[in-house]
Amino acid sequence: MTPHAVLNVSILGVKAAYPPIWRKARHPACATNLRLINGANTHILRRRGRCVFARGPLPDHESSGIKPAVSPPNAPSLIKLQDLQLDDARALLKHDAKNSQQAAGESAADYLQRVIDGLSELSLKDPLTGLGNRRYFRAALDRSIDVVARSGESVLLLLLDIDHFKSINDTHGHLAGDQVLHDIARCLARCVRPMDTIARYGGEEFAVIMPSCRPLCGEAVAERIRQTIAALSIPVSPKISIQATISIGGAYAPEWVRSTADLWVERADLQLYRAKSEGRNRVCMDVHQELSVSAEEKGLLFSHLGMDEPAPTESKSGNTPPDVPGNATKRVNV
Amino acid sequence: MNDGLNPAADNQDTANLPLKPLGKVLAVTSGKGGVGKTFVSANLAAALAKRGHRVLVLDADLGLANLDVVLNLHPKITLHDVFTGKAKLEDAILQAPGGFSVLLAGSGMVEYSRLTSEVRDEFLRIVNSLVPRYDVVLMDTGAGISDVVLFAVSMASEVLMVATPEPTSLTDAYATIKVLVGQQKRQTVRVIVNQTTRPGSGQAITNQLQQVLDRFVVTEPDCPIRLVHLGDIPVDPEVRQAIMRRQLMMQTSPGCPAGQAITQLASVLEKTVIPKPA
Repeated sequence: MTPHAVLNVSILGVKAAYPPIWRKARHPACATNLRLINGANTHILRRRGRCVFARGPLPDHESSGIKPAVSPPNAPSLIKLQDLQLDDARALLKHDAKNSQQAAGESAADYLQRVIDGLSELSLKDPLTGLGNRRYFRAALDRSIDVVARSGESVLLLLLDIDHFKSINDTHGHLAGDQVLHDIARCLARCVRPMDTIARYGGEEFAVIMPSCRPLCGEAVAERIRQTIAALSIPVSPKISIQATISIGGAYAPEWVRSTADLWVERADLQLYRAKSEGRNRVCMDVHQELSVSAEEKGLLFSHLGMDEPAPTESKSGNTPPDVPGNATKRVNV
Repeated sequence: MNDGLNPAADNQDTANLPLKPLGKVLAVTSGKGGVGKTFVSANLAAALAKRGHRVLVLDADLGLANLDVVLNLHPKITLHDVFTGKAKLEDAILQAPGGFSVLLAGSGMVEYSRLTSEVRDEFLRIVNSLVPRYDVVLMDTGAGISDVVLFAVSMASEVLMVATPEPTSLTDAYATIKVLVGQQKRQTVRVIVNQTTRPGSGQAITNQLQQVLDRFVVTEPDCPIRLVHLGDIPVDPEVRQAIMRRQLMMQTSPGCPAGQAITQLASVLEKTVIPKPA
């Protein structure tokens, strides 16, 4: 790399590693996994915290402000692994059944990259259930809010809470409690689609984000989850099996509306509270704000409009609504 | 500050926000954009000012404000500076050409176009401190039914719905009214029909909206929704001219048909909503 290299690169794309946090391009985790698509003559650069793929001669990073995120393969490594305190990181990865040692022939940079990837993954996961943790959930929720505001897609958020979980712990012990959490988490994962996001939200509380879930289906989906869990028999010891129930509160992100994740969670949480106070083992859904106007409503709404035309030649069409082209309903565009 | 007037103090969604409308605050809203909300707000403010009211127009379209464009004002200090604590509220209030005051949002408000609890609190604090100083506060809300619009409307004692006699505008006005009824239990919405081409069409449109609401929107028996036709503003070339010249129509040609209509609107408001100036 000459110090006078001209900034002459074509931007191929911007990508970050972890889907849940792809929009937060400043997140350090963005630098991970990038090398996977670092083909010949393609450089991964960091500019203002963003990772940029570029093709062309690598620019002089002193003058352009662009720094290579990964050193070129043939460059001598400046990293000396023995100088770093990697024991804790290795222990964490080993505990998660990951290969924590440097492989033979693996460069220091590649190995560090693998450690960072592994840690990033760990930081988003709940160790007990294997589901996403709260951090993962927040990132997915923020992303959903953006999608909904942009596309009007209907996204359902469910908050689920195991009923009387404390008494399970008190009666059968905390190991049994853990088993219940674990089995319910696995059952939940089987109940939903691969595109849905499941996370452990708190102690005995889970959250599910379901994109493209039509408003009419929401309650049925939540009810199915409730019934499946209620039918689940969880063996906590050779002789004892527990049947736990859950309460579910659900809310749709308001379509086309720029809202916040907090307001959304609040609405679902309010419904969960309602489900609990109405006796548990039930589903309560936030009343979906009816923003769509049906063809029938529109027909009646427009039936008189001909009157406002300056020179109407045909007589008014009485009560027959005019044809409404296109969809049966129209979303209100914000 | 939290003197019980502050519904945002309790951390709730707008959906279950206790509606505590502030007296003399009129929200001008429309659902659809481009139907003349800002034009109506500015000229109605001028008409009311002419009749002796102390009027302030608040640019509540936090994301896409354009009151400054309509009034040809270039404010140095805006609502944005008040929100960020860089300026005092008093310093952000400008005198508009029509004899009324304006509080402009400023382009930096895009970051506040999401309704967070800070935006709610700050917004409410500002409106609360404006109310005692003016006879009328007109809130020019953004288009659409966003959280910010709904929150702004929830602070108002009266809703003025601007619509044009076009299917798209009527649909969006209708959808907005539905949400206001469902979410805020609004019972009265005042309808202004802009760009009418024949006398009486505004009343007909209002009746039609009412009919559809009666048929499709379920309200609690003790709080039905009632639309009140406030008036029409006829199609008038003077309006376009004033807008293109970035002048206030009520100043340049108050006697034109649209100008007369707006004067009429002001007088109807005076009879129904706003007390006459002392």
